[in-house]
Amino acid sequence: MSEALITVEKLDKIFGARWALRSVSFTVHQGEIVALVGPNGAGKTTLLRIIGTLSRANAGRIHIGKIPIAEHANSARAAIGFVGHQTFMYDDLTAWENLNFYARLYDLPNIPRRIHEVAGRVGIEPRLNDVTRTLSRGLQQRLTIARMLLHNPAVLLLDEPYTGLDQVAADLLDQIMAEAKHEGRAILFSTHDLERGLAICDRAIIMKAGRIVHDLPRGAWQNLAGFMQIYARVLENPT
Amino acid sequence: MKFLRQVYAIVQKDLAAELRTKENLSAMLVFSLLVLVIFNFAFELQGVDITVLGSGVLWVAFTFSGILGLGRSFAAEKDKGSLEGVLLSPVDRGAMFLGKAISNWLFITVMEAVTLPLFAVLNNVAIPWFPLVPYIVMGTIGFAAMGTLLSAVASSTKMREVMLPILLFPVSIPLLMAAVKLTSGALQGREFADISNWFNILIVYDVIFLVVAFWTFEYVVEE
Amino acid sequence: MLRTSDRWLDLLGLATLILIVSGLYMAFMYAQTEVNMGLVYRIFFFHFGSIAAGMVAVLVVGIASIGYLRTGARAWDRVAEASAEIGVVFSTIGLITGSIWARPIWGAWWTWDPRLTTFLIMWLIYIAYLMLRASARDDPRVARFAAVFGIVGVINIPIVIMSARIWRGISPVLFQQTAEQQFTFGLTPEMFQTLVVCIVAHLVLFAWLLAHRTRLEALRDELVALRRARAR
Repeated sequence: MSEALITVEKLDKIFGARWALRSVSFTVHQGEIVALVGPNGAGKTTLLRIIGTLSRANAGRIHIGKIPIAEHANSARAAIGFVGHQTFMYDDLTAWENLNFYARLYDLPNIPRRIHEVAGRVGIEPRLNDVTRTLSRGLQQRLTIARMLLHNPAVLLLDEPYTGLDQVAADLLDQIMAEAKHEGRAILFSTHDLERGLAICDRAIIMKAGRIVHDLPRGAWQNLAGFMQIYARVLENPT
Repeated sequence: MKFLRQVYAIVQKDLAAELRTKENLSAMLVFSLLVLVIFNFAFELQGVDITVLGSGVLWVAFTFSGILGLGRSFAAEKDKGSLEGVLLSPVDRGAMFLGKAISNWLFITVMEAVTLPLFAVLNNVAIPWFPLVPYIVMGTIGFAAMGTLLSAVASSTKMREVMLPILLFPVSIPLLMAAVKLTSGALQGREFADISNWFNILIVYDVIFLVVAFWTFEYVVEE
Repeated sequence: MLRTSDRWLDLLGLATLILIVSGLYMAFMYAQTEVNMGLVYRIFFFHFGSIAAGMVAVLVVGIASIGYLRTGARAWDRVAEASAEIGVVFSTIGLITGSIWARPIWGAWWTWDPRLTTFLIMWLIYIAYLMLRASARDDPRVARFAAVFGIVGVINIPIVIMSARIWRGISPVLFQQTAEQQFTFGLTPEMFQTLVVCIVAHLVLFAWLLAHRTRLEALRDELVALRRARAR
C-alpha cells in the first residue's frame, strides 16, 4: 500500500457567510495523479491554495505525508511544489535569476546544476538569460513549472496548468506529470481541459459548490463521453 | 546560517530587480528634489537661518520620498504574485521581513545620499558629514523597519498605497522629532551633550520597533 | 444565545448613571467657582475625565491586540475594536475641552505643550487604526492587521510622551509633573473631590460603553454563525 502523501480531512472554508469548501475529505497517494474538475466557483482553486499553505482553512486538517500543515507549515512547504494562476516570477529578472532566487530560498545545494536540470526538463534552457518580461505566456508558464520542480517536491499541486500552453508545451507537461508519477510523487491538479486531464489521471474528483460530489477511480468511466455523462448529471443536479 | 542566506538572497533579488529598471530609485530621487525646490518657494528660505529650518525640510524630503519607495516595493510583489511565490517556500517569515527592510533601507539611503548634497548646494550650507550621516542612517533604519511592516499591511487594504502614509506617519513621529533635532544640532555644530536625549530616543525607537516589526511581520504577510 | 443585556451590565449602567449625575452636580454646584478663571474652569473636570478614559482605552486596545495575536480568539478582537471606537470619542472630547479650557487661560486655542501634543498624536493613531479597520473590512486578515497596528501604536505612546517633553526642554522622566501640567491654580478640597468623582464617572462610563459595544459585536458574530450554519 503506497503512502498517503496528501491527506485532507473535513476541510471547511468560509468567506464571510459564503461557504467555499464544505467538509472536503480525500487522500492522494504516492504515484497517484488526481484530476480536480468542476464548474467555476466549485472551490478547486481555494482547495489547492489551502493545501499549498497559501491560505488557511476554517476547520479541518491536512497532512503532507506525516507532516500536519497547521503545526509544521515550513516543513510541509519544503515538500510541496505549486503552480497557480500567477507566474510568481519577477518580471524584471531573467529566468535564470528567478530560478536562482527561489533555489536559494529553498536552500538547495549545487544550484547552477539544478537550474540547468529543470530548465532543460521544461525546455527553456536557451532562454535562461532573457528577462522574464520578454518571454511569451507559454514560456513563462514553463518557467513556473520549472520553479515548481526545483526543490524536488514529493507533492505537486497545479491549478489549471494547461492555461496558455500550446500543444507542444501541454504534451510536455503531460510527460512531466507522468514522470513525476513514476518517481512516486503525488500529483493533484485542477483543469477545465477534461480531455487532457482525464487522459493522464488515475482518479477524477468532481467538485460542485464546495463539496466533493464524486471521487472516481479510472475504471468508473469508459471513455470521455462516459465521463461527460456523469459530469453533466452533476451540473444539472440543483443542490 | 540558512536564515542569513535567505535574507541575503532576498536583498540581492531586490537590488538586481531595481538596478535593471531603476524606476523606483529615479522616482524617489526626482520626488525628493522636487520637495527641496518647492519648500524653497513655499517657505521663502532665502533669508532664513537654514540650520534651523533646513533640518525639517530635509526630513520631509526624505520621508515623503521614502514613503513613495516603500509603497511601490510591496505593490510590485503583489503584481505577479511573487509575494506568494516567496510565501510558498519554507523561508522564515522573519527573514522575509529583514530582507525586505534591508533593501528598502538601502534604496532610501541612496536617495538620501543624493538629496543631502543637493540640499547643501541649493541652500548654501556646510554639511558636517560626521555626525550628520550616522544620525540620518539611524533615523532611516527605524523608518524603513516600520515602513516595511506597514506597507505590507497597507498594500492589502482597499486604499492600497494611500493607506501607508496614514499608518506610517503617526507612529513615526517620535522618530522624526529625534531625527530632526539631531540633524539641526549637527548643522548648528552643537555639543553632543545638548542633543544626547534625542540620540537616546532614536536608539530606543530603532531597537524597539525593529524587534516589534520582526516579530509581527508573519501575522501581516500570511493569509 | 446572548441577550442584549444582563444583570451585571445593568448594574454597571446604574452605577454609571449615579456617578454621572453626581459628577454633574458636583462640577456645577458643589465645587466653588475658581477665583482667577471664573466659570470656564469647570470644563477641566470633564477634560481630565475624558483624557483618563482615552488613555485607558488605548491601553485596552494594546492589551487586546496582544491577546488577539497570541490566542487568535475573536473575543480579543471585539474588545480592541470597541475600545478604539469609544476611545477616539473620549479623546476627541478631551482635545476639544482642552482647547476650550486653554483659550481663556493662555489666549490661544492650541498650545504645543507636552500633554496636548501627546494627546493629539494619540488621537491620530486612533484615527489611523479605525481607518485601517474600515479599509480592510472585507479582508479575513483585518483583525490581525489591526492588532499589529494597535501594538505598534500603543508602544509608541510612552516614547511620544518622553519626546514631547524633551521637545519643550522638559525632563523626559515619565511620571514627573511639568510646570505647565501643574494646575495654574490651587485646588480646594471640594474641587479635588469633584475631580476624582468626575474621573471615576468617565472611567465607569467607558467600561459600560465598552461592555455594550463588545456585546453588540458578539451578537453580530452569533448572527453570522447562524447564517453560516443555515447556508451549509
